[in-house]
Amino acid sequence: MNVPVANESAQLLSVRNLRKEFPIRKGVLSRQVGAVKAVNDVSFDVARGETLGVVGESGCGKTTTGRTILRLIEPTSGEIRFEGRDVRSMSTSQLRKLRRDMQIIFQDPVSSLNPRMTIGAIIREGLTIHKLAEGAAADARVSRLLQEVGLRPEYANRYPHEFSGGQRQRIGIARALSVDPKFIVCDEPVSALDVSVQAQVINLLEDLQREHNLTYMFIAHDLSVVEHIADRVAVMYLGKVVELATAEDLYREPLMPYTQALLSAVPVADPKARKERIILQGDVPSPANPPSGCVFHPRCHHPSKDAACTAIVPPLEEKTPGHFAACIKQSPTTVSWEQQKNAGGVNPPERYLPLAAVHA
Amino acid sequence: MPGQTQDSAATSVARPRESPLAIGVRRILRKPSSRVALFVLGVIVLVGILAPLIAPYDPAAQPDIVALKDLPPSLAHPFGTDPYSRDVLSRVIYGARLSLMIGVLATIVSLTLGVAYGAISGYAGGVVDALMMRLLDAFLSIPRLLLLLGVLVAWPRLSIGALVLFLGLTGWFGLSRIVRGQVLALKHAEFVTAARALGASRRRILGRHVLPNLVSPIVVAATLGVAHVIVLEAGLSYLGIGVPQPLASWGNIIQDGSDQIATLWWMALFPGLLMVLTVMMLNILGEALRDAYERR
Repeated sequence: MNVPVANESAQLLSVRNLRKEFPIRKGVLSRQVGAVKAVNDVSFDVARGETLGVVGESGCGKTTTGRTILRLIEPTSGEIRFEGRDVRSMSTSQLRKLRRDMQIIFQDPVSSLNPRMTIGAIIREGLTIHKLAEGAAADARVSRLLQEVGLRPEYANRYPHEFSGGQRQRIGIARALSVDPKFIVCDEPVSALDVSVQAQVINLLEDLQREHNLTYMFIAHDLSVVEHIADRVAVMYLGKVVELATAEDLYREPLMPYTQALLSAVPVADPKARKERIILQGDVPSPANPPSGCVFHPRCHHPSKDAACTAIVPPLEEKTPGHFAACIKQSPTTVSWEQQKNAGGVNPPERYLPLAAVHA
Repeated sequence: MPGQTQDSAATSVARPRESPLAIGVRRILRKPSSRVALFVLGVIVLVGILAPLIAPYDPAAQPDIVALKDLPPSLAHPFGTDPYSRDVLSRVIYGARLSLMIGVLATIVSLTLGVAYGAISGYAGGVVDALMMRLLDAFLSIPRLLLLLGVLVAWPRLSIGALVLFLGLTGWFGLSRIVRGQVLALKHAEFVTAARALGASRRRILGRHVLPNLVSPIVVAATLGVAHVIVLEAGLSYLGIGVPQPLASWGNIIQDGSDQIATLWWMALFPGLLMVLTVMMLNILGEALRDAYERR
């Protein structure tokens, strides 16, 4: 697997060939008639202290990927290693211990807090489960956590319905922090918030990352949010990682046509800037029946697109150092021109970077 | 004004915490209809509890079966007397005690079974859930009254305890459906996923996250369930297979006068009215509870 393996020990998390298929059942006997390939052969590493952004449209499998890593959803196949330990083979008790190191922050600030529990009880739950503190010590810890996320300690005996979306998100963050984790999956933590509140929550997450040496997997569908917080960005489409690069490289030089289209849609805060947009044709195909070859080919605007794209599954390959993309028409490529011609290709690979996609 | 915002923020922090449960209670009490229902039910329950102190006569005593039978309402016997010369008012008061008790106890039995069955089915999911639900469909396909009639006719001279048990045993099917649906929805709520991510055990998730969120639908179902059992018990007693004589229940008082319902009108009217009142108030209260807790 040609994925950036910089320094084996620097990697906190490594994911290899992860797949998750949800069976589609029909009829009285629940016969399986197909499968939704929510996560389809995904591999990546997350280095200690880094923030890996994961972006893509809704339904592209980014949430499933995050939850599969935490084994909140059991993967169908693949390998997940956290600090070198194989997460998939862990027993229930080993997994429970691992929960201290890996946490999650949710998108929906309403349904992610139990309406029948006080804020204090919600934050204290992790302390109780892992026997980290009890009694007055636990109270003190809850107060400190509330302060850390910018809330008053007095809020501990109030109920979730008394808080705004941004405050609820802070409570969710305090809950995740309570067990002192190393790695947090932030599953669209700001998507449900107002723009002004988004910035506050993102700044809070950055501050906490610095103070607690946290590693984030930051899932979002908003590229501008990810640009701000992520060191590296993985772009997902139909259950696959189609591009993976440092945030800087990705925004300056998006190589995968899908990423180019996404970036051309990011609004620019400059009224004089006339930006062309790459308009994607059609809808995202069903993940139960993805297109052959490159899953993006029906919507692709790459000038060299041809029959080879419908036949060859493009590998996620290194185009420039540290910059991975899955496109056989974007040179350089390991899929030779001979192979492409055999698969019906007529247009040789070329370097294609429309101006509209370049994000200043 | 910045000064004012500061102040209101300070008071809102000092405000005592209010649980969702307390908010619901406040919402219920705001409605006049539910205040009336609570008051009336309170009086009826109190009358039932204090029956030995309030009832003017012994409900089973037959002082003079010739001279004192079938008396219409008078000052001495406000609700008249029955064909065995017993005081109907005293019997209605004791009837309230027994009917309410049967209603509440039978409902407790159905609640326990219904919640356990529904929660297990919903939480287990998969094959277990499918099997348990098909079994429930089978139970539900037998009419409750028919089931009870069969048991009670085959088993005459049943004790009150057994009656309660059978009423309870046949009353949990609908409730377990509701509970299962709620558990299924809660199982996928993000706060449950959060608890799993924290490493909470299944037992903890059920006890701390699922069951507390089931309280309101259960309370609603229980209130309506008590009303249902009261009517059912009256019906069975009226058919002569419910509460055995000489014990008084609203149903068997009506039955005592059923041969001459045109002349002994007081024997059907008073217990009947009281029963209708109780059931109506329970239903009003149940609806108010539903409004208060199930809207979000």
